[in-house]
Amino acid sequence: MAGRRITLASRNDFAEWRGVARSLLAEGVRPEDLSWTGPDDTEDLFGAPAEAPLPSRADRPVGRVPQKFIGLAEAAICHVDPERFALLYRLLWRLQKDASLLSILSDPDVQKLERRASAVRRDSHKMTAFVRFREIVSAEGERFAAWFEPDHFILERTAPFFVRRFSGMVWAIVTPYASAFWDRQDLIFGPGGNKADVPSEDAMEDAWRTYFASIFNPARLKVSMMKSEMPVKYWRNLPEAELIAPLIRGAREAESAMIEKASSQPPSRHLRHRAREDALVSEAAPADMLSLADARAAASGCTRCPLYEHATQTVFGEGPEGADIMFVGEQPGDQEDLEGRPFVGPAGQVFDAALAEARIDRARVYVTNAVKHFKFEPRGKRRLHKRPDGGEIAACRFWLGLERAFVRPRMIVALGATAAHSLLGRAVTIGSVRGVAQPLEDGTLLFVTVHPSYILRIRDRDAAIAERARFVAELTEAGRIATTLGIGHERAERHA
Amino acid sequence: MVQLSLSRKLAVLSDAAKYDASCASSGTTKRNSLGTGGIGSTEGSGICHSYAPDGRCISLLKILLTNFCIYDCVYCVNRSSSNVERARFSVDEVVKLTLDFYKRNYIEGLFLSSGIIRSPDYTMEALVRVAQRLREVHGFAGYIHLKVIPNADPLLLAEAGRHADRLSTNIELPTDISLASLAPEKRPAEIRSAMANIRLNGEAATPEPKARHRPKKFAPAGQSTQMIVGADPTDDAAILKRSAGLYSGYGLKRVYYSAFSPIPDSSARLPLQPPPLMREHRLYQADWLMRFYGFGVDEIVAGGEGGHLDLAVDPKLAWALKHRQDFPLDVNRAPREMLLRVPGFGTRTVDRLLSTRRHHRLRLADVARIAGSIEKARPFILAADWSPGGMIDETKLRGRLVVQPEQLALF
Repeated sequence: MAGRRITLASRNDFAEWRGVARSLLAEGVRPEDLSWTGPDDTEDLFGAPAEAPLPSRADRPVGRVPQKFIGLAEAAICHVDPERFALLYRLLWRLQKDASLLSILSDPDVQKLERRASAVRRDSHKMTAFVRFREIVSAEGERFAAWFEPDHFILERTAPFFVRRFSGMVWAIVTPYASAFWDRQDLIFGPGGNKADVPSEDAMEDAWRTYFASIFNPARLKVSMMKSEMPVKYWRNLPEAELIAPLIRGAREAESAMIEKASSQPPSRHLRHRAREDALVSEAAPADMLSLADARAAASGCTRCPLYEHATQTVFGEGPEGADIMFVGEQPGDQEDLEGRPFVGPAGQVFDAALAEARIDRARVYVTNAVKHFKFEPRGKRRLHKRPDGGEIAACRFWLGLERAFVRPRMIVALGATAAHSLLGRAVTIGSVRGVAQPLEDGTLLFVTVHPSYILRIRDRDAAIAERARFVAELTEAGRIATTLGIGHERAERHA
Repeated sequence: MVQLSLSRKLAVLSDAAKYDASCASSGTTKRNSLGTGGIGSTEGSGICHSYAPDGRCISLLKILLTNFCIYDCVYCVNRSSSNVERARFSVDEVVKLTLDFYKRNYIEGLFLSSGIIRSPDYTMEALVRVAQRLREVHGFAGYIHLKVIPNADPLLLAEAGRHADRLSTNIELPTDISLASLAPEKRPAEIRSAMANIRLNGEAATPEPKARHRPKKFAPAGQSTQMIVGADPTDDAAILKRSAGLYSGYGLKRVYYSAFSPIPDSSARLPLQPPPLMREHRLYQADWLMRFYGFGVDEIVAGGEGGHLDLAVDPKLAWALKHRQDFPLDVNRAPREMLLRVPGFGTRTVDRLLSTRRHHRLRLADVARIAGSIEKARPFILAADWSPGGMIDETKLRGRLVVQPEQLALF
């Protein structure tokens, strides 16, 4: 048995323990030659060594410990285990020889420290959860008091939480071993008390119990789960706990009552509302699509291919009816899908800048995509673009056809292979068709170039610059042809 | 109309809110009332102030502003054709109730939702007003979660995000076809657009790393959603695919799965029996595997049969039992991403194993101390003094690891 006994004045004052421990460490006193007692520990009259005078507390660091030890020790010292002071000194001693000791989580001392610390933290957390304030009714304005019975000596380390949260209130928390008072200015600790020190009820507790009973779903009884998170030892100070037993007893009955309450005649309010809604629906226009706006509205509910299921929304084309040029991209990307507008993401920015250099005003052209829903592969918190397949392109050609019919552009610029595929009705390679205008069946000219996202994907900087210049040149050429067509078209109209 | 007492309203409107599974109060910015002289604080992790006998955390005052609703969603207790008792709180009543509960430390804050009355804008505006009054008139710094009504004005959404910590829009059902059949007035594209707008607003509020300008805060605890499981015939594979799509598209913090629960005055179109609660539990486990353990939806689903998860064993064990050729794994050498696939090892256990094995070789007893329980992991690992031998190939392995369903104890 140990040769020297250390008696601490406080149960949970880390600073006191540290001061003493520093002196002992400086003296080189081995852990096995010491025994520690706190103010609550009963005197072991027989085995006790003679009490030695407390060494003077050292204010300066002695030895070294990892930062992590301080946090764990500050928590563990609040544990009720009478061995806690000795455990901490033993670890302090061992840490001087092996600074990495705390990383060895299979070591019994380290494990004990972790367990003590986490028990204290849990108790402290439960205190923040289960303290129930009651109002002290008096003429001095709102004041609150709570009685709480913690497992460990945690009031001092937990009271600041209540200060931060209820700084505008005057409150007291009384526990068996100590009490805390906050007057909106200072936090003061006093001696322990008992349950009778705080009011025995509160006017809001009935409302709280009503809430507790109503939020409970009797069809999902899981008593063990409740008990593990809200251990029974806390129940005696929780106003809602008296309802637990009756709620569990009545659960099965309440559940079958819920199920047996068969569906009944709808209330008249519902029938009136329904009648109004039905009248509105029958007045609405039939489903014929007579304008671009009709087509856009109809497309918002499109289910012609399965892509609608995971995309946010249909991204329909944008631009004036009667625009000279229609640009057709592949499909909306992540950003377009979120905003519901074509070419607003990174590729859209490349496109806009290139358009400006080619002296084409985006506000005067029609911009759309071959496929109107975003196709993607989820990858964690991101969506990776996936190229639409032939079936999806074919299904969506219906909408592109309507856009062409209502906008009646003189020229269509296909951006990339998917757009070209949709417009030509067959898969083509960009290299074989780009940069040359060719007439479509209805006489509209088709001009094919790359998709702006292609430029974004080129890794080599020089190649990207060259490819971008070519893209701008092709857009300029397309714009030039469209203008020529426009002049020719106007002349033809004048002659007619 | 008969005037209901406040207590009766509270009973009706919390009863009507209990089918929403979310009660989280975590993940928001840290703040307190030290400088303001008001009340309220949030410190990162949420606090469960009580637990109902259904095992669910009670963290927030979860209520509806009203359970009147013009929509007729078949699965919903508040649908317009139902004869449940109806009630409506005033804005001030909700504000006072929240403050009174908060001051007594019953709750972390408010989770406010509502039936749709008159129009989405009208309803959303009332929700926003409660939050605005709590924040601006009463200096309330507690947690606020607001339900977003799809199709409400973007300006209302922006204001909701200024006051609330979390916003949520419920996807309701796993497929658009089910939604069309069970919630005819709801438009899937409108629901997803609402989520998209929350994400866009949130991104606009995230400051550039080096920028001086601090944009206004927008719902710092992000957004979540809820999906009802078992009210329609959708299988687990489709449910998890839907979740993966939502997580990747809208930066959701959580997808809540809510096993369809029998409701009073239920529609004849709903299934008579609720799905086993275990199905909901397995979906949550699968969701975790997807987000924190590097599993793909296809891998998880392959552990079960016919598009459904195995109800008898957890999805990681189910996967491991079908991939025995990948085991046993040496706990002293295997990389983190493989250790995460060992049944019974959580992320915390794996990180602690990695930290400890840098200092000495792990024996089975070390693993047991670190993992807490080792029964499930034992056949799948090698340690310095342990090899499972033929255990891994035993046909009875599955039977030995299946936990017998727990009998409810008398209380």
